[in-house]
Amino acid sequence: MKLKMATMVLAGVMAAAPAMAELVFPALSYRTGPYAANGIPFADGYQDYFTLINERDGGIGGEKIKLVECETGYNTEKGVECYEATKGQGALLYQPLSTGITYQLIPKVSADGIPMHSMGYGRTSAKNGKVFKWIFNYPANYWDGASIAVKHILDQEGGDLSGKKIALVYHNSAYGKEPIRTLQELSKKHGYEFVEIAVDHPGQEQKSQWLQIRRDKPDYVLMWGWGVMNQVAIQEAANIRFPMDHFIGIWWSGSENDVMPVGDGADGYKALNMHLPGADFPIYEDLKAHVYDKGMAAGAGDQHGSVLYNRGMYAAMLAVEAAKKAQELSGVAAINAAQMRDGMEALVIDAATMEALGLPNFGPGFEVTCENHGGSGLGIVQQWDAAAGQWNQITDYIESDKEVIEPLVMEDSAAYAAESGIEERCN
Amino acid sequence: MLYREAGDFSSTYEKDGQTFPIKFDRWGYYVLLAVAFLVVPFLINDYWANAVFVPFLIYAIAALGLNILTGYCGQVSLGTGGFMAVGAYACYKLMTSFPDVSIFFHVLIAGGITAGVGVIFGLPSLRIKGFYLAVATLAAQFFLVWLFNKVPWFYNYSASGQISSPERTVFGIIVTGPNTDAWAKYMFCLIIAVLLAWIARNLTRGAVGRKWMAIRDMDIAAEIIGVNPLKAKLSAFAVSSFFIGVAGALFFSVYLGAVEVGEAFGIQKSFLVLFMIIIGGLGSIFGSFAGAAFMVLLPVLLKNILVGQLGWATDLAAHIEFMIVGGLIIGFLIMEPHGLAQLWRLAKEKLRLWPFPH
Repeated sequence: MKLKMATMVLAGVMAAAPAMAELVFPALSYRTGPYAANGIPFADGYQDYFTLINERDGGIGGEKIKLVECETGYNTEKGVECYEATKGQGALLYQPLSTGITYQLIPKVSADGIPMHSMGYGRTSAKNGKVFKWIFNYPANYWDGASIAVKHILDQEGGDLSGKKIALVYHNSAYGKEPIRTLQELSKKHGYEFVEIAVDHPGQEQKSQWLQIRRDKPDYVLMWGWGVMNQVAIQEAANIRFPMDHFIGIWWSGSENDVMPVGDGADGYKALNMHLPGADFPIYEDLKAHVYDKGMAAGAGDQHGSVLYNRGMYAAMLAVEAAKKAQELSGVAAINAAQMRDGMEALVIDAATMEALGLPNFGPGFEVTCENHGGSGLGIVQQWDAAAGQWNQITDYIESDKEVIEPLVMEDSAAYAAESGIEERCN
Repeated sequence: MLYREAGDFSSTYEKDGQTFPIKFDRWGYYVLLAVAFLVVPFLINDYWANAVFVPFLIYAIAALGLNILTGYCGQVSLGTGGFMAVGAYACYKLMTSFPDVSIFFHVLIAGGITAGVGVIFGLPSLRIKGFYLAVATLAAQFFLVWLFNKVPWFYNYSASGQISSPERTVFGIIVTGPNTDAWAKYMFCLIIAVLLAWIARNLTRGAVGRKWMAIRDMDIAAEIIGVNPLKAKLSAFAVSSFFIGVAGALFFSVYLGAVEVGEAFGIQKSFLVLFMIIIGGLGSIFGSFAGAAFMVLLPVLLKNILVGQLGWATDLAAHIEFMIVGGLIIGFLIMEPHGLAQLWRLAKEKLRLWPFPH
């Protein structure tokens, strides 16, 4: 009753009374600011997929989807405002696309009982579903990413990294610091020397960092960058003639917008990905027929098939699949946030599902369980071909080193549980 | 007609020196306080608390602090973000080290620690002035942010360098953490804001404030009439940093709940608070509140009008919002370079004569 009252008051305040029968998915996107170059394609993909479901299938299980977009500018204060503005409208799932906002919302969504999916970002130890009931980060997380990158390097070096030097160029924030612990552990295991090089927000100025790289001559450089920082780093690497195939970005540093401005200099740059790049999937025909041709494409409509557009679509697709699962489990079409969470926890994605959705081999198969909210931790390495202007997949799905990551996840989530007084579930 | 001194007789010195000599003003002030304390807490919901009132009150405290230093004492500072970070991290360390102590004291002690740090960074003000001092405080800004990023002790060795505020209470009422009620958050900030504004008002109209203003107007003359510049400048830095530290502590613990230093307390924050006092009015308590309201509430209001009511695209609205706020800032400063407080003052002067201006 109290919640209903609050909702009514809020609805009155916002003077945009929501129809409660729809499935509300807030999109905390950012189309402005220094991270907009990466925020826009993701937001477009996210939006277009939901539009497709509404137009082609008439919603999920007959329930139309209502997407409530709110501009955060990658700014945590605006993120809070957006969260508060949208949560009363019956929000089913949050995907803030910002590690900072994710950290902020983890306690809030847990208290309010709304699930949050931080796909390949956010707090890595949220993988441990025993502690993080409302948070999901499937199909892969930062620590998986770090491990996949090191595995790829191992592969390149014939299995031996002793005496090698790996540098990490990272965004000096929660996001960029996430992989450090894993890379330190891996350096103990594989015997490489690990160098950390921080880049402050927003990352437009990186001369001194790349001077340091030029002087230290690391064998490989990994990058945890986002927004304008990516383009600048790749440009600087090209300027110091760093061998591009020894420069590997995380999946957030591997979109067309990051490499295009550098031109031919970016040729050979590598990045991880948790799904396949490109527009060569049957779903694009459906998108064209039901969304683009009807003039309903989100944004400027110029991002189709780009890496981050695909990722936004993937995020929306996983949300829709989880909602379907939730409807199946609960038996009602108009699910609420708690039922959505149950659906996410029971989500199973396999090759047949992907095929049926028109995205064959697009993403890895995985299964979410009560204990594991993090999926399978698989990723590919893709390489930029500047002449053709496209990303090419150069490896199969690589599995992360669970032996190193699992204890770290347990340690960090246990620390969080102790700090916030959470009792473990699923026992 | 209603708004005038006539008929309002002061029979004691106290009455003559009161903050609101006009009855109408005085009653307006009481009504405002009564509404803030007795009405708003019963109506407030999460959105109004988290998006409107709490940030407004916290920024008002920060603006008060900077106004004491820049507006009253004339020392330009660009280190506000850094000092807020000191408050936030001090509060975090205190909250996690002494979980049983009331958060109210943690916030005040965090302010005290910031005051100490502020005095240290205020020392150069004894030798350098104006723009050069601004650069020295800018160094404080960058140094402090770097420090909180670099030394893991400050963030309790967490993997991401984020600090998150655990649940803490005042008299058994939760005021930090995710389970806080909207009214508790609001009341906690309101009480501190009113208390600090009252202190600021009384400091600035007393001997201490007059010394600050003497230094601001002409430091050599002030020294000749017996104002000790060392004491005056450093006390201004201390009091100002105390306010800013309290604002930083509340910003982290009550408002956001989790911060990372570079994003929350970067140079933009210093500029934001500086703009607040310039737009609000330098050397004015009312100006601090007006400036904070202008800079915090206007974007939220515009967003709700453009996106909520008119249904514009969010990115277009965000860009238009920048233009409107920027245009208004320029407009206000051209029409009234002394800020909103001066507009308010002029309005009051006119009202006193109304309806017979000649």
